[in-house]
Amino acid sequence: MANLTTPTVPEAAREKSRSGGVPRPRRLRGSRSLSGMLYAAPTGVMVLVFFVLPVLLVLQMSVSDWGLFAGNRGLNLPENYVDAADNRLLWPAIVFTVKYTVITTVLLLAVALGLAMVVQEASRWRSVLRTAILVPSALGLASASLLFYAIYSPQSSPINPALMALGVVQEPISFLGTPTSALWSTVFLIVWRFAGFYMLLLMVGLQGIPGDVYEAAHIDGANRWQIFSRITLPLLRPSLALCTILCVTGSLLAFDQFYILTKGGPDNSTITIVQLIYNMAFAGGNDLGLAAALSVMVLIALLAINALQFRGLRGKEN
Amino acid sequence: MTATDHAPGPAGTTTRRAPGRGDHHHGDDGPNPLLRTPYYVLTGGLALLFLAPLVWAAVASVSPQGGTAQTDGWGLGNYSTLAAYGAGLGQYLLNSTIVSLLTVVFTLSISLLGGYAFARFRFPGKNLLFLVTLAILMVPYATLLIPLYVLLNAIGLQNSLVGLALVLTMFQLPFATFMMRISFEAVPKELEEAALVDGCGTFSALVRVLVPAVKPGLITVGLFAFLAAWNDFIAPLILISDATKVPLPLAVANMRQQVMGIIDYGATEAGVVVLALPCVVLFLALQRHYVRGFMSGALKG
Repeated sequence: MANLTTPTVPEAAREKSRSGGVPRPRRLRGSRSLSGMLYAAPTGVMVLVFFVLPVLLVLQMSVSDWGLFAGNRGLNLPENYVDAADNRLLWPAIVFTVKYTVITTVLLLAVALGLAMVVQEASRWRSVLRTAILVPSALGLASASLLFYAIYSPQSSPINPALMALGVVQEPISFLGTPTSALWSTVFLIVWRFAGFYMLLLMVGLQGIPGDVYEAAHIDGANRWQIFSRITLPLLRPSLALCTILCVTGSLLAFDQFYILTKGGPDNSTITIVQLIYNMAFAGGNDLGLAAALSVMVLIALLAINALQFRGLRGKEN
Repeated sequence: MTATDHAPGPAGTTTRRAPGRGDHHHGDDGPNPLLRTPYYVLTGGLALLFLAPLVWAAVASVSPQGGTAQTDGWGLGNYSTLAAYGAGLGQYLLNSTIVSLLTVVFTLSISLLGGYAFARFRFPGKNLLFLVTLAILMVPYATLLIPLYVLLNAIGLQNSLVGLALVLTMFQLPFATFMMRISFEAVPKELEEAALVDGCGTFSALVRVLVPAVKPGLITVGLFAFLAAWNDFIAPLILISDATKVPLPLAVANMRQQVMGIIDYGATEAGVVVLALPCVVLFLALQRHYVRGFMSGALKG
């Protein structure tokens, strides 16, 4: 490889000095460009085989009768899309996923912004705080879900005995037993796991706000709330926009936490869209064509939602 | 954006203080020690809230509890259950280690070469390839995993840890390529040109001169790749069907549905500890590099 990509550099240097630094000879530029292509080749192959090809394949699968074990059995348009849209669990899944996304995004960003403002300035104690808040972010979402599965369980939960000893509740709380409690228990887990992640992103944004803006506001006699709402929030908009887009996208595609904590229960009340796709393809459904059709619909919806978010958040900025 | 203007502090975060802001907060640097106590109590409580679940898992995994292998006295009974489950903890740890190391090696070598190409060379299709690489972020995980399941079957990589590692590498490429590109762009061009004039080829210039210069970027990319591969759940859930080949997160999750629907929470807690330990240790050791990943992400946005 080294020999292949070696441009004749000493020669080039000589030529360059001879011709007084005019543009490099065409032959050398060609070999430079060839080296570039060779270095980019592994990326190109990976992207082509594991990304571009699958995207094309999912489009083909979505219009085909494609069983998990049977494979491709020919065209099945528009049945896949019609069946996916008619699935009796689709609308409950959409409603639940959107509800979960709104609650998670609002809570998570509020908590993260509060934390970012507390730990933003530099001191040894605050850097300890930052580290403590960030530790859960190192955990995998699956590990965190398994951890809270044990924390929420009727047998091993440390919360119920503590609350009952304090007299806060008389009966043990069933954290995953009802649709509402299962939703909020999952949201709590997600806030715990991701607060540090978004705190860090917002902290970077806060530190990008010039100090003299605050100074000027302070001299003008602005109070704390005015400074927060008129200076911090507007100037933080780019960071907040990035966090919102990341959080909305992540929540709309939620899977691990519900798969581990609730398996979609109780009574299918916590089935998310990705879980529905998974069920259609693997857990019982065994219909890859149907699952592909729903995936394509999710992809299109997600692209549209992100385009809207970009426009909306940028529009406000102007 | 100015985030990169600031030098990293002890915790790897920026250390600038905005003038005129300190007196708005009851900071730990305030003048009156009496005023500082509530601040310490409140923020200390906050830190505890984030650490408590992890500490609880570690303590609960060795403490006595009904319905587990550790019923009386403290001890490692739950870890014995975990070690004996299915194909054995050793096998699952090995699976996870293989997948994680392969993913790290693939991601590092591909993004090192790719980042070099995108930062330093001009070639046809360069911008298109870079954009398509970033577009991986726009496509939902599940949308890609269904065709990948079929594709891996077609090329004989079904049920294989190598296939899984290649898929996980692909998901790492947007961040890794972006990170390595900006790392190479931050290295002065003169450094490479000096090596080229000395008779190095571009490849030996890369290995001898540039790799040391972009080492921080490589550590960040490697850390993120490891954490993602070690913790991934849905990709092995779909791509690995052989129960002895699953990585540890999947094995611990499967363990819960074992004996007659009775769940051994003690073994689950032990599994969480084994899963979390390498991540937490790596995170604490490389926190500075972890934070840098966010800085670059925020710069992008």
